[in-house]
Amino acid sequence: MAQQWDSPQMVKGTRMRWSAVVIYGLLLFFAAIYVLPLVVMLLTSLKPLPEIYSGSIIALPHEWTVKPWIDAWGQTCVGLSCHGIKGYFWNSTKMTVAAVTISTAIGMLNGYVLTKWRFKGADLLFGLILFGCFIPFQIVLIPMATLLGKLGIASSTPGLVLVHVVYGLAFTTLYFRNYYVAFPDELIRAAMIDGAKFFSIFFRILVPNSAPIVVVTVIWQFTNIWNDFLFGASFSTGESAPMTVALNNVVNTSTGEREYNVHMAAAVIAALPTLLVYIVGGRYFVRGLMTGSVKG
Amino acid sequence: MASLELLKIRKRYGELDILKGIDISVDAGEFLVLVGPSGCGKSTLLNMIAGLDTVSEGEIRIGGRRVNDLHPSERDIAMVFQSYALYPNMSVKENIAFGMEMRKVPKPEREQAVSEVAKTLQIDHLLDRRPAQLSGGQRQRVAMGRALVRKPRIFLFDEPLSNLDAQLRVDMRTEIKKLHQRLGATIVYVTHDQIEAMTLATRIAVMRAGELLQLGSPAEIYNRPANTFVAGFMGSPRMNLIPGTLKSQAGALHLEVTAEGAAPARVFLPQVPEATRAYLGREITAGLRPEAISDKLDGGGADGRPMIEAVVEVTEPTGPDTLAVLLLGGREITARLQPDSTLKAGERGRFAIDLSKLVWFDPASGARVA
Repeated sequence: MAQQWDSPQMVKGTRMRWSAVVIYGLLLFFAAIYVLPLVVMLLTSLKPLPEIYSGSIIALPHEWTVKPWIDAWGQTCVGLSCHGIKGYFWNSTKMTVAAVTISTAIGMLNGYVLTKWRFKGADLLFGLILFGCFIPFQIVLIPMATLLGKLGIASSTPGLVLVHVVYGLAFTTLYFRNYYVAFPDELIRAAMIDGAKFFSIFFRILVPNSAPIVVVTVIWQFTNIWNDFLFGASFSTGESAPMTVALNNVVNTSTGEREYNVHMAAAVIAALPTLLVYIVGGRYFVRGLMTGSVKG
Repeated sequence: MASLELLKIRKRYGELDILKGIDISVDAGEFLVLVGPSGCGKSTLLNMIAGLDTVSEGEIRIGGRRVNDLHPSERDIAMVFQSYALYPNMSVKENIAFGMEMRKVPKPEREQAVSEVAKTLQIDHLLDRRPAQLSGGQRQRVAMGRALVRKPRIFLFDEPLSNLDAQLRVDMRTEIKKLHQRLGATIVYVTHDQIEAMTLATRIAVMRAGELLQLGSPAEIYNRPANTFVAGFMGSPRMNLIPGTLKSQAGALHLEVTAEGAAPARVFLPQVPEATRAYLGREITAGLRPEAISDKLDGGGADGRPMIEAVVEVTEPTGPDTLAVLLLGGREITARLQPDSTLKAGERGRFAIDLSKLVWFDPASGARVA
């Protein structure tokens, strides 16, 4: 009777159980170290303030409470105004959704042109765009501030969207260009003979087959833009600040006793959207939609 | 359907000459096969006819009209690609209808056309599937359906069978031939497979390194190859190209075949074409198909066929016949013997040569003399 393999690995034999113990022991140990900060944050955010000052930081709360979360969302003081972080959360949402959508869409189009409508100097242009991936944020701060001022969108969400789109283009172009380079040219040719033109080929053939790379790009862009602090702190003031800047202002408020539970709740809220994107996007991450277009 | 004319077609990529002046013209309804080894420019030529590649020099006419500067979609052609190039995001039905959709054909008409073509190709039960859910042969049919549905003036096939397994390839070859007979369509078909070329074509264009070596019917190409390259490329096993010296002895001509370390062999020639007389006493290459060397000796050579004696080196029974590698004056030649031949390796045998199938080449230029 043939052996039923459940994995393509070699026969393990009966000895060497020790190594498994060591390996899994180490894995568990490091996993615990990784998850500990999150556990502390969640536990702290669910405790009343006196308990935090008196007890251990990894002890379970005696009295569970969600009040810190409600306070963080609607009551806590960000700088001088005390309306919670909800306004800033929406700032970040608007900014991120707009910037991710625009930069992904343009990156897609760039990748399409750079691979399927090649022109003289296409590779040089791509090289220059690629260069944009390596420019440190700090270098562009002052010129960008000048530009935003001249355009009249300084200290506004549209201004931040512009900054993130410009900065993200290098990466989104890189992703889509590398994906479309492997996209069969024969499909484009077939579509041309079928009578499709530039945009119908793009929207009917290329875009519907781009799901895997769109997911990768969106995750990358969303995480970077949502988590950005430098541009947010530099190009926004007061009410227009994104979540990350607001969180900093919450934590750095120096009046009264420090509300660690509220701070932790605010920090978890700030991290939730990126987590959500990973959970939703990850499912599509591995799907190979291209199988079968060309002989497999 | 329409005629196709290629006039002095050239293609250059910078300094590189890909096509060096190709002249081919075929009538409406012909099946033209472009055949040659890889890198000969046959696919480039097909792409130029399709409008997927620009023409550096020369003119392409479809139905008498110059199409050099027309977009692929305006040339009224359809193409079947080697990889089938089915749109993976669309169902079979949408794949076939895409061209009509782009041309803004109303939906009821589209559906009508799709179902007709699907019935012809026996893929009507697959219409709602995605390409990924189809087998290789089914994808091939869908790709043909996409071309057929347009009723174009010229069909272009780019090595459409090379991704199929051997059995399916033979079946689809027959299907394509049937299709051509039924539709009477003009077809240009690119392949590197000489059997596909022989079986399908009404005209074959043999190409090498950007040049057209010979254009002719399958029979012409097979029996009267223009040069040693065409002779060697078409036909399997290959034509025997036997170098030798044409000699005359007491008024009787013979070809003397020599090789180092072997006794010279003589093939007596009762009659030779006039053109070969110029080679008397000089080197010449004789071209002889394996089936022109036979162990069928009816009449014992009395029918005028010259006989040769040769040692059998290897025999390869294929079923319908037995291929044998013979040593003639130290040169290996292949003969197609009868299936029940009892000759064994190492034995000496007598073989008859069919002189009507013998062709002669100039050894220096490789061109056919007679």
